[in-house]
Amino acid sequence: MITENISTPVISHKKKLSLTINGEVKTLEVKPWVSLLDCLREHLDLTGTKKGCDHGQCGACTVIVDGKRILSCLTLAVMKDGASITTIEGIGKDGELHPLQKAFIDHDAFQCGYCTPGQICSAIGMIAEGKAKTRTEVKELMSGNLCRCGANTNIIDAIMEVQEGLTNE
Amino acid sequence: MRPFKFTNTSNASSAINLLIKNPNAKFLAGGTNLLDLMKEDVERPDELIDLGRLDLTAVRPLVTGNNVVGISIGGLGKNTDAANHPLIRKDYPLLTKAILAGASAQIRNMATNGGNLLQRTRCSYFYDIAMPCNKRLPGTGCSAMQGINRMHAIFGWSDSCIAVYPSDMAVALSALNASVKVMQPSGTARIIAIHDFHRLPGNHPEKDNNLDHGELITAIEIPKNKFAANSAYIKVRDRNSYAFALVSVAAGLELAGGKIISASIAMGGVAHKPWRATHAENILRGKMATVENFQMAADAEMEDARPLAHNKFKIGMGKKTIVYALEQAFKGTGYKA
Ligand SMILES: Cc1cc2nc3c(=O)[nH]c(=O)nc-3n(C[C@H](O)[C@H](O)[C@H](O)COP(=O)(O)OP(=O)(O)OC[C@H]3O[C@@H](n4cnc5c(N)ncnc54)[C@H](O)[C@@H]3O)c2cc1C
Ligand code: SF4
Ligand code: FES
Ligand code: FES
Repeated sequence: MITENISTPVISHKKKLSLTINGEVKTLEVKPWVSLLDCLREHLDLTGTKKGCDHGQCGACTVIVDGKRILSCLTLAVMKDGASITTIEGIGKDGELHPLQKAFIDHDAFQCGYCTPGQICSAIGMIAEGKAKTRTEVKELMSGNLCRCGANTNIIDAIMEVQEGLTNE
Repeated sequence: MRPFKFTNTSNASSAINLLIKNPNAKFLAGGTNLLDLMKEDVERPDELIDLGRLDLTAVRPLVTGNNVVGISIGGLGKNTDAANHPLIRKDYPLLTKAILAGASAQIRNMATNGGNLLQRTRCSYFYDIAMPCNKRLPGTGCSAMQGINRMHAIFGWSDSCIAVYPSDMAVALSALNASVKVMQPSGTARIIAIHDFHRLPGNHPEKDNNLDHGELITAIEIPKNKFAANSAYIKVRDRNSYAFALVSVAAGLELAGGKIISASIAMGGVAHKPWRATHAENILRGKMATVENFQMAADAEMEDARPLAHNKFKIGMGKKTIVYALEQAFKGTGYKA
């Protein structure tokens, strides 16, 4: 319950934490209220992950934490001490684009590109979950990523291609 | 966000002890509701006790003596893991459907089962700290009463508050007669029936539920049911996915041939708690599972509805959603015992 008597702010010390980001261990100190999103963008200069709404409503900030896609805007960095985080910067290997990055280009799956890092990280998470078998299911399980430019049809096309590619292997 | 102290522990009793020491402290689970509300300045805790490392995530059979009597899902387990657990997919498909109808895949990977039960209303005036709101600041008035109340309640509201409770999972848990297991500061367990867990607003809309400060949700317990083969969760919303319910219905039918032995029906998006459709259930008991009977039951349930200026549509929508959910339940889930 909220009352107008706001208690005196606690002087909070920075917390030390260790994160494995795109395979590299980083130790850093952040204040407890820094979101994982701000930690990546402002403290680690990884600006590939985007801030759309900052309230869990758009998916632009999607990253992969310990193998699961999550929203970095509604996560505090301090909650993830010890975790392994993959961002859009870490998905290509040896100078090669990730198959989804390639498919997004081939299918013209973006206009402004602002939602794209989140779309791709989310799609990587979705494919790993292995629950979507049909186009309708892909659409449903990708509904947490909005695209203001309306590139959705091409985004789903790109994902379908890569997902089929994986099952054919 | 206002500054706060961050504490973590991997022990349930020490988490509770930390919380009771500070009336302005809050537990932090997935953070998907609490951190959002803190960014909006609606919630203002000065200390967060992170529950993310508590070992309370398991889904396991609920056993009394040698008998399996139901299932228990951990309070700190993730919504995704509950929805996809093989035992839940098999014997409680209604719960799987309801959880997967909520939020997005990313949010379900973060959201916990306990946190889901405690999520707060999405009333836009509650979120807007410039507006009066009895739930946020008791005694200031209810902005929604004379405002845009399209999303608001048609059952059980009071002059103090007309908000609806937004969880999909809890609607299924209501139809499934679940209970919430909490650990009290004394260390003893308390079991609260889901129907007694959430509250109607009455004169105290600031209280969403009957959990006390210092009580920790350790598990949700669901008894066995006889309608796994004939259940459905139907959610109607403004867009196809990733939106809160205008109206939702969880329905289960225990059948003998074409006859209904008993019906279990709960509604979401219509009240300050999951709304158990007891009128409809009473009418259906012993009747044949026909569309006419489904309609009669839905009409009876909606008789008591008290709509507001902008949500009269929820009456017709509620009727149709009840009928459709019962039809889908009757068609069957393809369950094999
Ligand atoms: C954009 C968006 C869309 C959404 N759409 C839907 C939807 O369609 N349907 C739906 O049902 N939900 C929806 N949600 C809500 C989401 O399901 C909840 O935010 C989530 O379930 C809350 O769980 P959490 O673990 O993140 O809780 P937190 O935010 O961590 O905590 C919520 C509250 O519960 C308390 N708490 C948490 N765990 C415990 C415990 N074990 N014991 C005691 N207290 C505890 C915390 O102190 C806090 O007050 C949506 C959320 C967002 C952001
Ligand atoms: S409906 Fe309830 S939550 Fe919304 S403004 Fe009124 S008192 Fe606040
Ligand atoms: S920035 Fe996180 S969901 Fe929009
Ligand atoms: S490409 Fe512009 S928002 Fe998706």
